[in-house]
Parts: sequence; structure tokens; C-alpha cells
Amino acid sequence: MILKEYKYELGKIERGYNNRSLYINVGDNTIKEKEVTQFMKDKFIGGKGFGLWYLWNAVTPETRWNDPENEIVIAHGPVAGITQYPGSGKSLVVTLSPLTHMPMDSNVGGYFGPYLKFSGFDALELQGKAEKDVIIYIDGNKGIVQIMESDIEEKDSHLLSEILTERFAKDEEDKKNISVVSTGSAADHTLIGLLNFSFYDIRRKGVRLKQAGRGGIGTVFRDKKIKALVVRFEGTKGNLNNPADQGKINRTGIKLHKEICDLDDKQNRMRKIGTANIIEVMDEYDLLPTHNYKFGCHKDTYKISSDKFQARVTQGLPDGCWYGCSLSCAKAADDFIPETGPYKGQKVIVDGPEYENAAALGSNIGVFDRDGVLELNFYCDTYGVDTISFGTLTAFVMECYENGILDKEKTGGLELYFGNKEAALELLHQMSRGEGFGKIAGLGIRRMKKIFIEEYGADADFLNDIGMEQKGLEYSEYLSKESLAQQGGYGLTNKGPQHDEAWLIFMDMVNNQIPTFEDKAEALHYFPMFRTWFGLMGLCKLPWNDIAPEDNKYTDEPAKIPEHVQNYVDIFNGVTGKNIDKHELIVQSERVYNFQRIFNIRMGYGKRIHDKTPYRSMGPVTEEEYLSRQERYDKQLKELVGFDPEGKTTQEKMAALRKYREEQYERLTDAVYKRRGWTMDGVPTIEKLKEIGMDLPELIEVVKKHL
Amino acid sequence: MKVLRKNPEQCIECHACENTCSKLYFKEENPEKACLRIKETDSHPQITTCTQCGVCIDICPVEAINRDKNGIVRIDKKKCVGCFMCVGFCPELAMFMHDDYIEPFKCVSCGQCVKACPTGAIYISEE
Repeated sequence: MILKEYKYELGKIERGYNNRSLYINVGDNTIKEKEVTQFMKDKFIGGKGFGLWYLWNAVTPETRWNDPENEIVIAHGPVAGITQYPGSGKSLVVTLSPLTHMPMDSNVGGYFGPYLKFSGFDALELQGKAEKDVIIYIDGNKGIVQIMESDIEEKDSHLLSEILTERFAKDEEDKKNISVVSTGSAADHTLIGLLNFSFYDIRRKGVRLKQAGRGGIGTVFRDKKIKALVVRFEGTKGNLNNPADQGKINRTGIKLHKEICDLDDKQNRMRKIGTANIIEVMDEYDLLPTHNYKFGCHKDTYKISSDKFQARVTQGLPDGCWYGCSLSCAKAADDFIPETGPYKGQKVIVDGPEYENAAALGSNIGVFDRDGVLELNFYCDTYGVDTISFGTLTAFVMECYENGILDKEKTGGLELYFGNKEAALELLHQMSRGEGFGKIAGLGIRRMKKIFIEEYGADADFLNDIGMEQKGLEYSEYLSKESLAQQGGYGLTNKGPQHDEAWLIFMDMVNNQIPTFEDKAEALHYFPMFRTWFGLMGLCKLPWNDIAPEDNKYTDEPAKIPEHVQNYVDIFNGVTGKNIDKHELIVQSERVYNFQRIFNIRMGYGKRIHDKTPYRSMGPVTEEEYLSRQERYDKQLKELVGFDPEGKTTQEKMAALRKYREEQYERLTDAVYKRRGWTMDGVPTIEKLKEIGMDLPELIEVVKKHL
Repeated sequence: MKVLRKNPEQCIECHACENTCSKLYFKEENPEKACLRIKETDSHPQITTCTQCGVCIDICPVEAINRDKNGIVRIDKKKCVGCFMCVGFCPELAMFMHDDYIEPFKCVSCGQCVKACPTGAIYISEE
């Protein structure tokens, strides 16, 4: 049953912009177009910038994630939808997060973003709450938007996306023109729900899913009673952006295609195995989160190493999540047969594993079992559960279980010790059904800590040390103990501890390229700004530095991959006809980055106290951890701390190390805030806002209360 | 299968082949729009031609490149989304692009260039 239909004039994209967006309120079935203004394009560029701007205007400091006025905004960006440069089909999803109560942003592949753009819109705002489950359909060729009541019983993404692709495609050939956004059954019962963005895999003849994973966006989606979004667009070509200089874009893309063709096999093997190529590398450098981030390697890692996955997941042909991505990190295991749960015994496609999934669902919870990781991966995706939050919170639960904070009585019989694959899977199935301990775990680590402390009498200090969350969001999967810069890379972020702002471990710990606080602060300025830019454009980060030109190591700043930075300048200018350089690129990001920081402050967060991190991210919390790397820590005490470990107890040594490391983090925070133009409390100064052209009255009003 | 093959030592760099090709396919004599290329070097010219190997078939994300019943690798321009991955991944560097077009183009072993060549530097081989 169609609840509302809206017809619109088809338009033409001009230099990367439609100059209009689509607003849908599922509460009162309003559908309307909004103008994308020059102001928006100048200050916020697109993608995540547009998402944050629309969200800012939709909410107040009192708005909670489950209030009707909270929005989910999906936006791509001016460069998105070009088919020539790898990684150009991303959507950025923004909402107030149920985990952090602040703006969340998540970057996702699949065809929805480009098809939304080709259908005529630079962003899609979803507001309100429907009474009954609804499906929203956009026909980008006919110019029709419909809100319809859902008649679909199925609750999980792999089925929903398949059913809807079948329903809206004219025939087999047309399926590639459909993209579905959906979540799964667990998004109804947990705060860690994600959104799956689909694309049709013409070679496998199956629907594939890419995830906007972080921060509970799927939970908000279901709270609005949205079952799915469907877009259909027929007629994709390489020039639909009507760019200012198509030839420049083509040549820049071909240059990178050739580089990937020649070098990927020698470098990161992204085409062969994708991000999972680093599993054993992380293990080798003691960086692979193991047993809730206690350790960085494990004797059984070989059981989940990339070659084990390669044997299972690669069908011989690499595939990308948008046209033209020759880096092709997307992988799938088809004909996978789960051994548990509602889809037990059925043949399914598992998208992945990504490195993050192998670490989160493997080493971090002690499951050194390839097919176990794949099964957890499949169920997380189809239930709509963020694999990173699930893995990290399950690791936390397991450590609590092994320390007697939890027991079988409290978990309803689940023996959640490290390595118990069956218990981890059952926990996940409980999240899908909204039952038992799964319901508690699905609240995330921050809320679990509160429950365990208040109701189970757990030691608050211990839980705060080992609970790997910050700002309410679970950590992603890298061990940051031995890299101060990466501790900042996680802690000094806008949305919470996710490595998409800065990944500095090798620069810092392995190559020692950023030894001083100032060096680290410069890196924690440059890289978060540079990486923010991908989210303004609708781009993927991977083709920036998961492939590098052969002569990159001889350049002045190899870590920045200067030639690729210039590629990005060229494709932006090629699409928009503007004439930015690599410096203006950073300023574009700074505007949005500082805006997001101020948005956090407006919501009651975003200050120095919120940038503090759990000690597990900085050093050994337990004697077990200290003793496992005693030689390393004793040496550091002697050489760095000026504390003679000779004759001291482990506890004394741990205390001295902790004092030192926590001081280091504070000094790093000082240096980073200074470099970013913020006060020592983490508030952007008015001077800084003027410098970057963001001294907007509504921003000044927020920051001046905190200066 | 017909394949365009070459004898670079016979080539006199007259570019008649390129001009014939571009005239046939794009209605203008422009070596930058030819489906084969003659590059002048210090020794024998370098002749770039398609071997019909078909690497591009698997590279194409939309299955717009296929081998026809005669074994010739052809591009379906209607299906092509202009990503140019095939250009970057061609082992012979024989998949071409030009700023005037949003699709790549390649040799289909039609043999017209062979007729134009005065020295036999290129020829059609039945393989």
C-alpha cells in the first residue's frame, strides 16, 4: 500500500552537484525537495559535511537519538559517482548515535549513494517515526518517490535486500540498477545496529552487502520503523557528473589503474585478499588485538591468517563496491553454510572478511577458527550488527566472565570464556531475538559497565580500565599500547575510537618518523583532516595509501603519498571546475572537522574530559599483561621513565609505567589541541574559526560559552 | 581467430595504418584515435596492437567486454560505464582512450590497416 507518492522533475548534475536534496518525514509522510545552497557547498562541500549541517538544523541540544526529530542523512559528495577513479562510490551516513549521543558518521560502499545522485539528489534526509514499517522507493528514471507500507515478513538484511532487488528490478539485467539500504533483526533490540547498502554482483548473480557499521545508525533506522530504502537508476555512464574536465579525471584514473595493475601484487594484495592481508602483519608486530586487547599476537593466529581466508573467500576475480574500483578490496565467500541459527544449513554469501572482522570476531574474542569468523561475520551483517562493536564488547564480556564479574547465572547459561565460538554465536542470536544476556550486551560496553558496577558490584576502576570504549563507542581493532600517536589517533577523534581519522602506528612505533610531541601533533592534525576529506567527497580511503607509486619512498613525505594527494586535487578540480591545491584541501576538511567538534560541544560533549581513554589502550592493566612483555616494560622503565625496576614488585612497576604513560597522553593532548587551534579544554577558538572561514554566528554562540 | 600481428623492423613510420583506422572508426585522421599505435624510437618503431588475449574481459565490472563467435574481443558501448579499468590493466597497453569519448576503444582485427601498410609491417594472422 502506497502511503505517499511524490513526483519530481528529473534534473542534470552540474559539475558534481544536483543542487537539491530530498527530505522525507516518515512520521507525517512529508516528501519535499530542498535547495542545496552555495553556502552549503562552500562551507560543507558535500557528503558528511552536508549530513552534519542538516542534522545540526534538525536537532537541539536536548534531542535524543530516539526522538522523532533525529535524522538519518545519507549523502555522497561532489566526486562520488565518477567511475574512473578507484573508490568513488561512497555514501556518508550521519545521525545522532544511540551509543554516543553525538553525531555519528559512517562511510559505506554499495550503489545507493551514486544512484541517489544520478536520481537527482545530493543528500537524503530521513526524519520522523512511522507508525508501521515502511519502505521508501526512489525511481531515478521516472522521478518518483514513494513511501509504502511494508508487507515483508523477513527481518534480516540478506533476505530483505534480495527480495527488494527482485521486486523492483524489471528483469535479471535490471538488478544491477537497484540498491537497497536495510538492517536486520538485531537492530530492533540492540544499540549497535548498522545499515547494509547493497549492490548486485552480476558475476555471482547475488546481492552483496556493504556496511555503514559504526555507532548504531541501524538502531535509529529501525526506531523510525523504516524497513528499507530502495533506489533504482538505469543508465549509469562515466560522465553523469557532467564534470568540468572529464579527460583529466579519466587520465588520473587510468594512471592509478595501471599502478594497481603493476604493483598491488607486490604491495598489499588488495585485489587478491583485501584488507585481511594485514592479519598476520599485525600479529607479527604485536598489534593484533587478542583477548580484549590484552595482547597483540597469539600462537594460533596462523589459523585465521589471510591465506586461510583466501582459500575460502576469493573466487578468482576481484570485485569492487562501485564501478571503476580496480583496487577491488571487496571479497565474498559464496556457498557458505552456517552451522547455527535460523539460516543453519542454507547456502549464503558472506561479504568479507575484512581485517577488522577477522580481528574483532577472531583474535579479540579468542576464536582462531576461520569458518567461525565467517559465520559470526555473516550473522552480524544480516542481523544488522556492527562487527567491530560486537567483537570488542564480546571481548569485554569474556574478560569479565573469566574474572568472575559475570557467571553462568548472569549470562543465562552462556559460558563466555575466550575462544568459545558457540557462546559468541548464541550471544549474537540472542541479540537478533531480543532475548537474554544478548539484550544486555547489545547495549554496548559503556552501559554494561554501569550495570555490572551498580547491579553486580563489579570494581569500577577495573571495568573502566578494560572496557575498550570511549565516548560510548567501542574501539576498532588495533592495539595502541606501544604507539602514543595512535592512542591519540583513537582518543582525539570526533565520533569515537575509530581508526578512520588516523592510523599512525607504523609511522610512530615501527618507523619512528614522528618522535616528538610536536611531530605527533602535526600528524594528528594533518591525517585526520586529510582523511576527513574522503567523507566530504564520497570517496574511499583505501586507494590513497593501500597502493603507492613505485618511487613514493623517495618523495619528501612518503607517509602522505604525495602523488596520490595530487590525484585527489586533480579529480576534485576536474569534477567541480574549481582550482584548489593540497593546502586548500586541508582547509575544506578543517571547516567540517571543527564544525563536528562544536556540534559535539553543543550536545554536551566534545571537551577534554571526553577525549580521555581507557588504560587498556595505553598500557598493561593486569599483571598477566605486564609479565607477558616484562622485558619490554622493564627496559622502558629504565630508559624512558628513569625508574629502576630492579627489586621492585610487578605492581610497583605497573604503577610507575602507568603514571608515565598517562602523563605522556596528557602532553600529547596539549600539543594536538594547540596544533588544531583549540583551547587546552579542546574547544575551537574564535580566532581559529575566523582563520578557516567558519566564524558562523551559531558556532560562535556555542563556543563562547566554553572559552 | 584473426589476430593483428607485427614486424616492427619493416615499419617505416608512415602512420598510414593509424590514419586509416581512426578514419574508419571515428571519421577523422588522427593517430590518437587509432586502435593501434606506432611509436617512433631510436631503433625499430614500437607497434602496439591487441593480441585478443581477453584479460580485459574479466577486468570489466559490467561485463561489457566479450569475445564474439570469431574469437574477437569486443566492447559493448551501451553497457560500458567508462571506468577505463581495462585501459590500465591491458598487458599490451592496446586498450585506448581519448578525451572525446567516454568509452575505451580497441582493435577488432578488421584488417583495414593492413591494407594501408605499404611494407607488410603489420599483418593478419589466423590463429
